[in-house]
Amino acid sequence: MGSESAEHGGPMPVRGPRPGLTDRQLAWLFIFPTVLILLAIAIFPLIWSLGLSFTNYVATGNVDPVSGNPVPYQWVGIHNYRTLLTNNDVTYASIWHQFTVTAVMVICAVGIEFVLGFGLAMLLVRQFPGRGLILTLMLTPMMLAPVVVGLFWRFMFDPGNGDHGILNNLILLVSARPLDIAQSTPAIIAVIIADVWMWTPFMLLIGVAGLAAIPRYLYEAAQVDRASAWFRFRHITLPLVWPLLLIALLFRTIDAIKLFDLYFSLASGAPANTNPISYVIYNKAFEQYDTGNSSALAYIILVIVIALANIYIRNLTKAQAAH
Amino acid sequence: MAQSTTVEIDTPERPAFEDRLRSASRAAGGVLFWVALAAAFLFFLFPTFWMLETSFKTVNEANSQTPALVGFHPTLANYHNVFFLTQENVSGEGGTTTITTGFLHYFINSILIGSISTLVALVLGMLAAYGFSRFRVAGKNDLLFFILSQRMLPPIAVLIPIFLMYRTLHLVDTYFGMILLYTTFNLPFAVWMIKGFVDEIPHEYEDAAMVDGYTRFQSFYKVIVPQSVSALAATAVFSLITVWNEFIFALVLTEPGGVRTVPPSIAAAAGGGQGNIDWGLVAAAAMVFVLPVVIFTFLVRNHLLRGVTFGAVRR
Repeated sequence: MGSESAEHGGPMPVRGPRPGLTDRQLAWLFIFPTVLILLAIAIFPLIWSLGLSFTNYVATGNVDPVSGNPVPYQWVGIHNYRTLLTNNDVTYASIWHQFTVTAVMVICAVGIEFVLGFGLAMLLVRQFPGRGLILTLMLTPMMLAPVVVGLFWRFMFDPGNGDHGILNNLILLVSARPLDIAQSTPAIIAVIIADVWMWTPFMLLIGVAGLAAIPRYLYEAAQVDRASAWFRFRHITLPLVWPLLLIALLFRTIDAIKLFDLYFSLASGAPANTNPISYVIYNKAFEQYDTGNSSALAYIILVIVIALANIYIRNLTKAQAAH
Repeated sequence: MAQSTTVEIDTPERPAFEDRLRSASRAAGGVLFWVALAAAFLFFLFPTFWMLETSFKTVNEANSQTPALVGFHPTLANYHNVFFLTQENVSGEGGTTTITTGFLHYFINSILIGSISTLVALVLGMLAAYGFSRFRVAGKNDLLFFILSQRMLPPIAVLIPIFLMYRTLHLVDTYFGMILLYTTFNLPFAVWMIKGFVDEIPHEYEDAAMVDGYTRFQSFYKVIVPQSVSALAATAVFSLITVWNEFIFALVLTEPGGVRTVPPSIAAAAGGGQGNIDWGLVAAAAMVFVLPVVIFTFLVRNHLLRGVTFGAVRR
C-alpha cells in the first residue's frame, strides 16, 4: 500500500478503496453545514413570520385594551393583509401612498443611475493616462456603508443649522429657497441624488466591462461599411452590452426596493408620508411594535422581490449561456 | 493612373475642408470628453472629500452657516476624540445634549465580529462550493437557486422573526449571535463566488492527485484549496466589507455599550437634531470607518465586477 506513490516524496496518501465514504455521502458532508445554517437562520424565521402575519402578535406583549392585563395573541386570518391594503394606520394615511413613494424613488434613482452609469462607461472605456486610478476612485462610493453615505449627504444639505450645508449654500446662489430635506418632496429628491451618487458606479463598472468585451473587429467592419455612429451604437454596442446591463438593472432594482439605511440617516427627519416601504415595516415592527401587521407587509414586499428575482435569474442564465 | 484622376476630380478645397472639420470636431470631442470626465470625477469624489475636510474642522467651523472650503484651522482633535472620547456635551440651538461616543469600543466590536464571521463563512462556503462544483448532488440547481435567493431577500422581512428568535434564545446583544447572523449573511455570497472560481480549476488537477493515491478529501485540501487562495482572498474582502457596512440588524440586535458595531454608532452620534451634532467628530469617525473599505476596494479592484454581481459576471 502506498509504495507506488512513495517516489513522489510527499506525504504518503492511502491507496485503494476509499475509506468508508461514497462520493454521495462526501458531497452531503461538504454541503450540509451551509444548508443547515441557512435553514436555521434564514428559512425558519421566514416561516415563523409568515405565521405571525396571520396573528395579532405584539412584540412587547399583547394586552387587553380594557383591563390592561396580558392576554395571549390570536389567529386573525387575513385580517392584517386586509387592513394593510384597505385601511388607515396611526402613522401612515395609506399604504398605497408609501408604495408609490417607494416606486418613485426606485424608478427615478435606478433610471438615472442606468443612463448616467452607461454614459460614463462610454467615456471611461477609452484608454487615456490615469484611467485605472480615476476609474477605481470613481467606483469607491458603492463600497461605502449606505448609512454613512446618507450622513454625507445630510451634512451637505442640512447639518442642523437651518439648511446651510455646502450644497444648500450653492443652491442659494441661484435660488431663493434651499432644499429643505425635512419636507417631503425635497427629501425624496435628496434620497434619489444620494442613491444616484452611491450606485451609478455600479452601473459604470458593469458598463465598462460590457463595452470592453465587444470585439474590435465588429466596429472595424462597420467602419468599412461606413455605418453611422448611431448605427454602430444601435446595432453593435447596445445588443452586445444589453444582457449585462439587464443584470445590473435588476440587481439595482431589487436593492433599491430594500432601501433603508440611506433613508434612515439622510431623511428620517422628513414627514412619515415620505418613508419608503422598508422604513414603514421598521416603523410598524420596532416603533409601534405591531408585529403581526408588519410581518404581513414584509411578506408583501417579499413576494414582489421574489417575482423580480425570478426575472433576474432567468435573464442571468440566458446571459451566462451567451457568454 | 485612374486613381490619381479620381483624386483630381475632388476639388482640392473639399478634402482640406473635411480634414479641418474632422480635426476640429475631434478637438472639440477631446475637450468635451475631458470636461465631462472632470465633472463626473468632481461629483463622485466631492462628498468624500468634503467629509474628509470636515473631519479636520472644529465644531464651530463644521457647523458654520457658511462652511469654508479653504482657510480654516485644521485640527486633529476629532481623530483623537474618535479613539479616546467617551462622552461629549454638544450645544446648539436646541440646548445642550450629552452624547455617548466611545467609538473605540465599537470599532473593536466591528473588527471582531467582521473577521470571525468572515472566516466561518469562508470555510463553510469553500466546502459547499467544492461540493456543488465537483459532485452530483440531487436537486443541485434547486439548492443553488435557494442559496442565491437569500441574496434577494429584503433584510427587513427576516429582521422581525430573527429579532423574536434571538430574544427567545437570549442571543440579542451577544457576540455569538451577531457572528452567527453575519455568517449566514455571507454564506450565499461565499458559496456562489467561490464556486465560480472552483469551476474554473480544471478537473485534471484532482484526477491526477487521486490517481497518485490521494483521497477525495485530500485532493480537496491539498490541491483545490491552495489553488483557490486568490478567490478566497477576494471573497473574504467582500464579506468583510458587507459585515463592516451592515446597519439595520446591528441597530435592532445590539445595544449601545454592548456588542454594537460602528454603523449604528455613527448614525446615533449624528442623530442629535437641531445643531446638536459634532459633525467634526462624526466626519472623523466616518473617515476612520471608511478608510479600510477604500483600501480593500483598491486591493480587490480586479475582482470588483465579480464581487458586486455575486460571481455572476466574470471577466
